[in-house]
Amino acid sequence: MAVAKFDVPELKEYPIIPKLQKDAMAHSAPYVAKEEFQTKLGYPGELIDNWKEVAIEKMGELTNKYRSLSVYLDSCVKCGACTDKCHYYLGTTDPKNMPVARQDLFRKVYRRYYTLAGKIVPKLVGAEDLTEEVLDDWYTYFHQCSQCRRCSVYCPYGIDTAEISMAAREIMDTVGKGQKYCNEIIGKAQVLGNNLGLPEPALIDTLEGLEEDIEDETGVQVKMPLDVKGADVLLITPSADFFAEPHIDGLIGYAKVFHEAGISWTMSSYASEAANFGMFIGSYENMQKLALRIRQAALDLGVKRIVFGECGHAWRVAYSFLNTLAGPFDFLDQNYPVPQHICEVTHGLIQDGTIKLDKSGNDHMTLTYHDSCNVARASRMGDTPGGQFTIPRDIIRASCNNFYDMPEHSIKEGTYCCGGGGGLLTDDLIELRVKGAMPRMQALKQVTEQNGVTHMAAICAICKSQFSKIFPYYDFQMDQIVSVHQLVSNAIVLTGQTDGESDEENSDNDDSKDAEQAA
Amino acid sequence: MSILFAILFYAATAILVFGLAYRIRKYIKTPAPLKIPTTPAPTTTSGVAFRMFKEITIFESLFKSNKWIWLFGWLFHFGLFLVLLRHLRYFTDPVWWWVALIQPFGKYASIAMLVGLGGLLLRRIVVDRVRYISAPSDYLMLLLIIGIGATGVLMTFVTHTDIVTLKSYLLGLMVFDIRTMPTDIVLVIHLSLVILLMAIFPISKLLHAPGVFFSPTRNQVDNPREKRHISAWAIKLESSK
Ligand code: HEM
Ligand code: HEM
Ligand code: SF4
Ligand code: SF4
Ligand code: SF4
Repeated sequence: MAVAKFDVPELKEYPIIPKLQKDAMAHSAPYVAKEEFQTKLGYPGELIDNWKEVAIEKMGELTNKYRSLSVYLDSCVKCGACTDKCHYYLGTTDPKNMPVARQDLFRKVYRRYYTLAGKIVPKLVGAEDLTEEVLDDWYTYFHQCSQCRRCSVYCPYGIDTAEISMAAREIMDTVGKGQKYCNEIIGKAQVLGNNLGLPEPALIDTLEGLEEDIEDETGVQVKMPLDVKGADVLLITPSADFFAEPHIDGLIGYAKVFHEAGISWTMSSYASEAANFGMFIGSYENMQKLALRIRQAALDLGVKRIVFGECGHAWRVAYSFLNTLAGPFDFLDQNYPVPQHICEVTHGLIQDGTIKLDKSGNDHMTLTYHDSCNVARASRMGDTPGGQFTIPRDIIRASCNNFYDMPEHSIKEGTYCCGGGGGLLTDDLIELRVKGAMPRMQALKQVTEQNGVTHMAAICAICKSQFSKIFPYYDFQMDQIVSVHQLVSNAIVLTGQTDGESDEENSDNDDSKDAEQAA
Repeated sequence: MSILFAILFYAATAILVFGLAYRIRKYIKTPAPLKIPTTPAPTTTSGVAFRMFKEITIFESLFKSNKWIWLFGWLFHFGLFLVLLRHLRYFTDPVWWWVALIQPFGKYASIAMLVGLGGLLLRRIVVDRVRYISAPSDYLMLLLIIGIGATGVLMTFVTHTDIVTLKSYLLGLMVFDIRTMPTDIVLVIHLSLVILLMAIFPISKLLHAPGVFFSPTRNQVDNPREKRHISAWAIKLESSK
């Protein structure tokens, strides 16, 4: 693991609002995308000569395409209610990480070129010319926003800084200043079908290996089907589920659920990725390209339902946008929501008694639950508002005996981002990721000390990777993060299972071994 | 003086009305291509209406967010609301019964309004985070409204103006008949500042008042799976493929 060259924030007993420290994170910017990845997505390879004019024009175009942007740029009254709501501000103390200050980086340019007051008396209304310094600031601070929308919950007008970050990133891409991590990944997913660039043979290999593992462990032949035509369910899951810890245990969990419920299912090698990074760079077109792969896979395989695995951002795009981007899905079975979340499926099966859970399978853990922000604040599960909070908790409670929630201000709609979302899960931003996780770590520490919590469950691939990476900075162990369906996997009673007792220990050992490998 | 103010009033009203109409037209015409309500969000239109109603009357999100800003902000806006209703008596003859009814409350609402404004100004100066995000215009806006409120309170409680003449002047303006306006200095300041406020309304952050109704994170129904949501430009994008 890389040696820390920065101070890890100290975890206070209670949350406090820190004093500003100007430019505390001014040095943190991700690598710029190389030419080949830019051009693949239809963007210029490097910063173009007339970038200023193009950027200003693009800004105008976007305010005419997105009502959110247009209204939010005009409406902020600088009341300050959002200033202490961003985990990056709380963790870094850099004032430009206060949501309104982040927006203002964009707004000051908008005011200068698109408002009367900003054209006549720029100083008075805080309007500023677009200069190279401003562009650098954009690049730095719009890559310190995980688009988690916590600020939008607390703003009296619902101003969503994520919308502004997305617009800013799209403008930067348009003038040739894209971010390496996101754009490389989008390029891979558009060609190979997943963010990791796993080719089909590698997928087949992995899945076969997993089938063997499950059989060794339980004595039951649980299938991991790929590209099976005519299956009922197409499962779309983040590609991290195929190899990373603890994601993979979640994948095993889904497979066991489908197996036990007798649902015929398949994954697709053409659309082997749930996470849609097109959203992070604010690009409708790129987001749509990735979404259409899912539609195509569903058509090719002739499935009846689409189900998404555990992934926060993926679920936002799936739940809120898929119908818009790639619909209508009238060729699927309308008795099920399109798309469905794996938690909705499992929850239903627990409710109607189709699958049985033995809670003692998780007795070696005391759990808490991290609401992934894109599930919590940008989507829903089930029929009623707030189902995204109750359904995963119901599943966890049905799978284990020991569960405690973290403090109220840090969960549900007020949940803190893990610190790695929105296209920031890259090593060049490790300092930001560690600092941004501070509020979550503080809440976790509190339940660890008060309730003896040993593990935190999550349903987001990015959250899981982020936590396993940054836990050690805060004196937690990397395997203290678990998948929700990992708990289901530990507890589910499979028909014909051979050795119920010993497999628990096995899976424990496996956990730590794999976690080390993933590190 | 009467003529000058008549011209200014007409100009300011025109700027206010056409400026706001122009902005609101822009908000209406600009599509919201994606479903982005901040969830948990209502799943029905009536649910959304209720959510918006709470945002506008009790500033629900702000209440969750920060009790001090909520307290001062709400005192200010609620006071302002009553004061403005009370002002209707200058423009109606006979005065509507319910406007007459709230007269005594409106009087004290002006105090609440000033307390709220004072609190907001104090926060803006004292809290380092709010100071950081404030431009000169943010202070001036508060001072402007405090100026209007203070001169108004002066007239109400200290140096009364000639209300009968003023009312006749205002009723005249409404039918394009310019009569005489009282010229005591406090009233002149009050009206000058009001005219300034009307004129800058459509080009300043006061656009939050119409803006709040158009915020997609608040006014969208949470039903993307049930109902396909698609904007005009996205359809064009699709058919061009
Ligand atoms: C639909 C009507 C309106 C709603 C829902 C509304 C709501 C709000 C809210 C929630 C705030 C933030 C909290 C605060 O600082 O008070 C605010 C601020 C403000 N509002 Fe309104 N408002 C409305 C109409 C108006 C009108 C008509 C004015 C014009 C005089 C106005 C002037 C202001 C000012 C100056 C601020 C900034 C206060 C500061 O500097 O802290 N508002 N408004
Ligand atoms: C055409 C517009 C306006 C006219 C002709 C006008 C006139 C007046 C007059 C004559 C008074 C004294 C009332 C009395 O002696 O009892 C007054 C009071 C007051 N005005 Fe205005 N005003 C106008 C607009 C406004 C606006 C837009 C505001 C707020 C932003 C405002 C805030 C106040 C306040 C707070 C008081 C003291 C409380 C009260 O008597 O209601 N006025 N105004
Ligand atoms: S809470 Fe909303 S209106 Fe207030 S400063 Fe933040 S973004 Fe602006
Ligand atoms: S969206 Fe999240 S990360 Fe971005 S400014 Fe708001 S609170 Fe911070
Ligand atoms: S990674 Fe998880 S917690 Fe972080 S922004 Fe995404 S969903 Fe939210």
